Amino acid sequence: MKKEELPQDDSALKVMTRELCYVKDNDGKYTTGLSTGWDVKKQALDNAWEEINERVEEAKKAVKNGEKSPIYYFMELRLMDMPVLSGYTGFWSFNIKRHMKPDVFKGLSDKKLAIYAKAFDISVDELKNFKG
Amino acid sequence: MNKEISGFKHIQAAHCENGATTSLLRYHGLDFMTEPLAFGMGSGIFYIHIPILSINNGPAISYRSMPGWIFSRTCKSLGVKVVRKKFGNNEKAAHDFLNKKIVEGVPVGCQVGVFNLPYFPPEYRFHFNAHNLIVYGKQGSDYLVSDPVMETVTKLSEEDMIKVRFAKGPLAPKGHVYFPENVHKVDNETIKKGIIKGIKRSARDMLHVPGNIAGVDGIKYTSKQIRKWRDKLGPRKAGLYLGQIVRMQEEIGTGGGGFRFLFAAFLEQAYGYIPNEQLLAVSEDFTKAGDLWRESAVQMGRIYKGRINNEQKDFEVCADLLLEIADIEKQGFLKLKKMKF
Repeated sequence: MKKEELPQDDSALKVMTRELCYVKDNDGKYTTGLSTGWDVKKQALDNAWEEINERVEEAKKAVKNGEKSPIYYFMELRLMDMPVLSGYTGFWSFNIKRHMKPDVFKGLSDKKLAIYAKAFDISVDELKNFKG
Repeated sequence: MNKEISGFKHIQAAHCENGATTSLLRYHGLDFMTEPLAFGMGSGIFYIHIPILSINNGPAISYRSMPGWIFSRTCKSLGVKVVRKKFGNNEKAAHDFLNKKIVEGVPVGCQVGVFNLPYFPPEYRFHFNAHNLIVYGKQGSDYLVSDPVMETVTKLSEEDMIKVRFAKGPLAPKGHVYFPENVHKVDNETIKKGIIKGIKRSARDMLHVPGNIAGVDGIKYTSKQIRKWRDKLGPRKAGLYLGQIVRMQEEIGTGGGGFRFLFAAFLEQAYGYIPNEQLLAVSEDFTKAGDLWRESAVQMGRIYKGRINNEQKDFEVCADLLLEIADIEKQGFLKLKKMKF
């Protein structure tokens, strides 16, 4: 890629930095250039977020319909998956899956709820009272 | 505490670990160090597509070697001792140790998670735990931070620092800090040897890792998968999968073209130490490979952008491009493997 071909498109990164890329100068030697962004990858990131937002919406519905507990919703909202949530809570994924059942969730101790709330960066009340 | 470690210079890099390696070694007097050299000596270039495993609901693909290896290998080649420390769950010990190193005047590399990194834009905050930054001082209760992917230096509060150093999940940093120690002058002979070692190791990794999912074979494996995705996953999800490939390949941290331009730049710099014309020729091969990776990203973009070019034949075009890339890289690494130094 030549330096003058380095894309200078809009991107979410603009609030933080331009990114450094390795490009060729006019003599065919490597140099570095700064890019504000590239539409091709912005679109990929936008699509990924669209997908995430849909997953969160679906999780919300699942809680509302009584199919899942709030733990499932907040896991999606915080972009977590089982290994990540397991890491933050110290619970085995087998147990987390159980805690995602509304009936099991109702019986969870305050201590366990507090661990989840901390992992999601919310209060225990918010976690308990989330209705979808 | 108010202390800025004098002599530390922020250097912007394409990739965080290359950048941390470069600026830490330069701080210790190794002025020849550049990002491409660190990347090449550390054999950063790689390719792997792990089947079944999915990351962020997409394919698990990486264009580089394991986190931490670039720094370790480059330092080892140069005879530089590396100190690493992890703290399990002991946040206080991790906090105290970092403060102690600042008082001692030692810039320290930290492994962090980006999910809670406040200066990252929200769109970029995923649970990725192998980001690297350097702490080079403290102002009141704020750490002075040199994040290698950024144009300028930045700051992190004590509270945020603990959060990012103790991010959880895969590759959890556990407070991991690292820094070089007892750095002596390095002669040209040692640099040459380090370069050759890096080149040979990359050639070995890309050509001879057993199985069909890593190295140039891995690129062919991805190509084969891409041909199946549309039927298997449906047009929409298949498009999202392509988007994930493009992000792994082109997002901030790669230098463009899935690290291939960085590798080409390394070979060009290697020629400065080892005047063998073949290095320049192979550098051109990898520039070509990088350009084709970019072209494949554009082609994939056409698929996931519009809903129009989303037919099987469009996926075939991407898959064919990857085969072409695999072949160019294979020839390039074979030349490097056979080169006599």
